[in-house]
Amino acid sequence: MATLTIPDNLVYERPQSFTDSPTHYCPGCTHGVAHRLVAEVLDEMGLANRTVGVAPVGCSVFAYNYFNTDFVEAAHGRAPAMATGIKRVLPDHIVFTYQGDGDLASIGMGEIVHAAARGENITVIFINNANYGMTGGQMAPTTLPGMKTSSSPSGRDVETQGYPIRVAELLATLEGAGFIVRRSLHDPANIRKAKKAIRTAFEVQTHGLGFSLVELLSTCPTNWGMTPVDALKWVESHMLPFYPLGDYKIAPAITAAKI
Amino acid sequence: MQTEIILSGFGGQGIMFAGQVLSYAAMDIGKQVTWIPSYGPEMRGGTANCTVVIADEEIGSPLVKNPSAAVVMNLPSLDKYEPMIQPGGVLVINTSMVDRSAMRSDITVVPVACNDIAEEIGTPKLANMVAVGALLGGLEALTASDIEAALNAHMPGRHKHLLPKNLEALNKGIENARKNMIKAK
Amino acid sequence: MARELWKGNEAIAEAAVRAGLEAYFGYPITPQNEILEWLSHRMPELGRAFVQAEAELGAINMVYGAACTGARVMTSSSSPGISLMMEGISYIAGTEIPVVLVNVMRGGPGLGNIAPSQGDYNQICKGGGHGDYHVIVLAPASIQEAVDMMPLAFDLAEKYLTICCVLIDGSIGQMMEPIELPEMRPAQRKDFPWATNGAKNRPRRILTSIYLDPPEEEKTNLRLLKRWEAIQANEIRSKEYFLDDAEIVVIGFGTAGRVALSAVRAARAKGLKVGLFRPVSLSPYPYARVAELAGKAKAFLVVEMNAGQMLDDVRLAVNGRIPIEFYGRLGGVVPFPDEILDEIQRISTADLQLDGNPVADWMKRMEAMVR
Repeated sequence: MATLTIPDNLVYERPQSFTDSPTHYCPGCTHGVAHRLVAEVLDEMGLANRTVGVAPVGCSVFAYNYFNTDFVEAAHGRAPAMATGIKRVLPDHIVFTYQGDGDLASIGMGEIVHAAARGENITVIFINNANYGMTGGQMAPTTLPGMKTSSSPSGRDVETQGYPIRVAELLATLEGAGFIVRRSLHDPANIRKAKKAIRTAFEVQTHGLGFSLVELLSTCPTNWGMTPVDALKWVESHMLPFYPLGDYKIAPAITAAKI
Repeated sequence: MQTEIILSGFGGQGIMFAGQVLSYAAMDIGKQVTWIPSYGPEMRGGTANCTVVIADEEIGSPLVKNPSAAVVMNLPSLDKYEPMIQPGGVLVINTSMVDRSAMRSDITVVPVACNDIAEEIGTPKLANMVAVGALLGGLEALTASDIEAALNAHMPGRHKHLLPKNLEALNKGIENARKNMIKAK
Repeated sequence: MARELWKGNEAIAEAAVRAGLEAYFGYPITPQNEILEWLSHRMPELGRAFVQAEAELGAINMVYGAACTGARVMTSSSSPGISLMMEGISYIAGTEIPVVLVNVMRGGPGLGNIAPSQGDYNQICKGGGHGDYHVIVLAPASIQEAVDMMPLAFDLAEKYLTICCVLIDGSIGQMMEPIELPEMRPAQRKDFPWATNGAKNRPRRILTSIYLDPPEEEKTNLRLLKRWEAIQANEIRSKEYFLDDAEIVVIGFGTAGRVALSAVRAARAKGLKVGLFRPVSLSPYPYARVAELAGKAKAFLVVEMNAGQMLDDVRLAVNGRIPIEFYGRLGGVVPFPDEILDEIQRISTADLQLDGNPVADWMKRMEAMVR
């Protein structure tokens, strides 16, 4: 592990695993927080120079502009397949995907399920903000029952539009999945827990212990039509009850490794 | 000079392997050769056939409508391929599985009871090698020693102990072909 | 090295291994399963990567990822599976990275059947995926030719940072012929200046097919086109038979080409002045040579296992100078040589028109035949 020398008076600085590029995310969006947590973990673990990231299609399509690591851009939903290809020929490298809920849980459900089932030694950062952000806030597989979106204007009717998918719970049923947890980014305490989970997920990969995924409950103030603060409150009041936080799968080998 | 052979029968009769034995032998004596199977649902049981083309020059079509020889291991194959054989060609009929004689007299007909002979030898599975022998009885493209050399050279080590029985089946086929052959008119 | 009898699919797979294939990703589909099956034991025993993906969609995107690292990678499939891969193929083309693709064509459209066909000519040679891009397409007619083409396919893909497709049909995949395999080469990853393999002691790299700014995308398209120009100038391949004094030239690729060879030989035996032109690179297409032949021959006969997809390219090259006739079999039907011989004989005495419609004329004859 790399050791960092931190000056006594330093309280905040840009992670070295970030580029200088300002992000394009909307004000109040938690993508920035999630990015930062990943970058901090890459810094702390000294992984940036042997990491290849895989960007999705969605709001985080430009994730590759912000991380100071090699990056590739996948087709919509195919990031886990692309990550599989990279990891299989670069097994000593760190490969992670960063995917939203439309990308991962809708069009890319096949790829994510099979990457987890194969126990691919990759890390997935999964952003659940209950809608399609980039295309204008349409209904996602994670949209809550009754939730209004631009393609469910009267609220998601589960009779005709089906029920939301709880990704962490779903993937946790797979033998091949190693580390599957859900965290939230709605307040500082939860953000700290999220970072710890991200750190563990990358540790799982560096130890070669299999597929790791951290689902992060996130906000989309713009498409939800809320202020950033209200959006954070809404995560707590509406998303947490439906998507309980917790550790859904921690394979015995991971527990044994005491990561 | 080009020789085309269609081998046809039920799946499991060793048709494909018989065709491959001919192909190995042709390759080993320096000929050009193609072996092409019928593939698909029928390879799971049902009818199976393969076409072997042996030539001195680059082979064009691997499939032929009118072969110079056909080996038919069952009745549906006889019905299908008897009319197709070139005049003056060779038709090997496995009389163990076929209850009618050939209708054409412009081809050389070689009726051999392949399954019965294989049973007599004590290896019922070798009906295909009896048929290969029967074909050699009527065909000039390959000799018994070509086939023997090919079996020797290409049989996997774990199957080598079966070589004597294979040769016995081959020779019985040749023997019976000479006995039963009805030359083309 | 002594000749060995190999099944087409297995020979192609082994030739790829010997060409230094480092990773294979695929999905079962008939009639190409033997490629996947062969590599499922061969790659692991050499310590190389093999993954049976969840679908062709997964397979092509695994190939996409692995190719981004600079590794020699390939996938294989058959027609419906190639359709499913088209998304990834377009992305790979847009990202400008080398990938080898083997398409063992079968009868279509739709689920079709598993019999040999050449129905994917347009799909693979003219696009298939979205956007402006070209794929190098090589069409062997024998197993030896296919085997020799595998190292070439990787070399071309890497030289021009493009997809190189080896296009065969089910019969070449399933048949056996004596071959000599290429020498075994180690899996050696080139140090490409674009490969995303970890930013150690160098600035980070990004591989993407996204260019949100249209003028940037236009530049990218022009760069692809520039490369395509070089490919057109340098990578035309074809084979010729009996063309010296040929009055009728038969043109066919792959299996249709070799079946036509039998017909051409039979026609020669009857004293007809017939030759065969067999395009080997279908994309880039040998337009110049076809045009040259049109200056010497009286008529062309195009033979395909499709409804005249390559015919359009021949017509483009001939540009109305001589009559072109067409003979095709469809949906997995392979023509016998005598059918093509009949066509040659018909053409040798027919009063052919320059303004004829070869497809319409052929359809009339077909309808009478398959009724």
